[in-house]
Amino acid sequence: MDADLKELYQQVILDHNKNPRNFRKLENANHFAEGYNPLCGDKLNVYVDVEDGKIKDISFQGSGCAISKASASLMSSMVKGLSIEEAEKLFKKFHSVITGEITDEKEIQELGKLAVFAGVREFPSRVKCASLAWHTMEAAFKQEEKTVSTE
Amino acid sequence: MAAETWHDIKNTSMNFDIDKIRADFPILKEIIRGKNLCYLDNAATTQKPQVVIDTLTKYYSGQNANIHRGVHYLSELATKEFEDSRVKIKKFINASSEKEIIFTRGTTESINLIANIFNKGILKDGDEIIISGMEHHSNIIPWQLIQDQKKIKLRVIPIDDNGEIIFEEFLKLINEKTKLISVVYVSNSLGTINPVEKIIETAHQQNIPVLLDAAQAIQHIAIDVQKLDCDFLAFSGHKIYGPTGIGVLYGKKKLLEALPPFQGGGDMISKVTFEKTTFNDLPYKFEAGTSNIADAIGLGTAIDYVSSVGIEQIAKHENEILDYATQSLSQIKELKIIGKAKYKSSVISFVFDNIHPHDVGTFLDFEGIAIRTGHHCTQPVMDRYNIPATSRASFAIYNTKDEVDVLVKGIKKLIEVFN
Repeated sequence: MDADLKELYQQVILDHNKNPRNFRKLENANHFAEGYNPLCGDKLNVYVDVEDGKIKDISFQGSGCAISKASASLMSSMVKGLSIEEAEKLFKKFHSVITGEITDEKEIQELGKLAVFAGVREFPSRVKCASLAWHTMEAAFKQEEKTVSTE
Repeated sequence: MAAETWHDIKNTSMNFDIDKIRADFPILKEIIRGKNLCYLDNAATTQKPQVVIDTLTKYYSGQNANIHRGVHYLSELATKEFEDSRVKIKKFINASSEKEIIFTRGTTESINLIANIFNKGILKDGDEIIISGMEHHSNIIPWQLIQDQKKIKLRVIPIDDNGEIIFEEFLKLINEKTKLISVVYVSNSLGTINPVEKIIETAHQQNIPVLLDAAQAIQHIAIDVQKLDCDFLAFSGHKIYGPTGIGVLYGKKKLLEALPPFQGGGDMISKVTFEKTTFNDLPYKFEAGTSNIADAIGLGTAIDYVSSVGIEQIAKHENEILDYATQSLSQIKELKIIGKAKYKSSVISFVFDNIHPHDVGTFLDFEGIAIRTGHHCTQPVMDRYNIPATSRASFAIYNTKDEVDVLVKGIKKLIEVFN
């Protein structure tokens, strides 16, 4: 595979695409939002159980490309246990990395497992795929009932 | 393979010099990400032959002026080139008069033009328009926009699992309230060639006019508007090897004369006072403002190019590629073809169980292969088959069986990585 392509489709991403974590409906979720990317028709539901300002549990369901599915899967594993503020802060940093605003390798590595998405910066049309789950989670925090669009 | 088909192919290869044709399109020599470009996104837009590129350069370097009413040399020259192009288009689709050829920005504007003037001149509350279940958004939304003002009903001919319209259902939709049938000639996402002759004949028995969206037909099928007897026909220049930003609306003279103008402005008038304006004759009545002169002339050259190769020869070549691609792709067990109509144009949509079209598109891009992924502006079609999107390969005059092999090889590599 080409180096840029390999960077985009890292093994971790392919694994999470095939076996996404927390891929289910959360029955006792008290926050929920629906995400939609009109460019590719991807739809994603994010369910969050928030207790005392902390993410007790989080899950997602929907259809999407490898990037959006792996991003949702890794996001759900990473934010569990974080406070809403911490999760939002993480998204901000994640977004800066996938858009190429942050290119410092040390800073990228601070994202932990999410650093595998750094390769997305070479593919501007795929930034929306990587951020769909996160936008939807943010909407769920605000408990917006309506569909969130990446546009 | 049937004997008759063999004979056709033999004839094709005798008269159809693919190497010469490929040499006419400079972009085909481009190297994309280290690979030879394998351009299979022709339903989105076609590449341009050198003669079209040269026409644009020649126009802007030696002929540019505003057309009509100018008395100086360049204006007369530009007017002649522009009007010559109209005549070329008239001949190409066999319209009865060049007055029936209206220049627009493209298929979308052509359909919007008809929707607009039907709204102003014909449609009343309770009227109905029939479209099909495989329309491009550009033949859905112009009608929905009228619904904001009037209580008109949009009735949709359902399609079956193969991607063909269900004709019996179409017959049930026609009634005395039907004011127009507006259908796509060839589906951009399924490749289906619709039975437009039968639709037109049926419609005319009830005196209902028919608009054909020929965006995906004009470059593949020999069109004779008089033989078809369609009332309106819309197409874009850029899908038939011409420039973007130029398109055509064909309309029967009698109907266009009876309908009100579209936009107001220069060129579309014969006399203006502050009290009253008299509108110009066809086709200028529908061409307000300075036209896209250069691209209209470029479209004329593209039509000349297509005519020089022969639209029948092009269709034969493309059908051969389509057959080969359908056979090759059918052998990949993880791949499912969407759209299996009996009569198809050179479009193949396909999906995989576990690989999203977006990943297909990005992956194949690194093999130098340009295909389209997404809903192809036909979201109702995607809903019909309960899929979010497809990957689509579409072929043109310059594509080869070798390129189909490159696509198949790329797909096999993709499956290996993702499964």
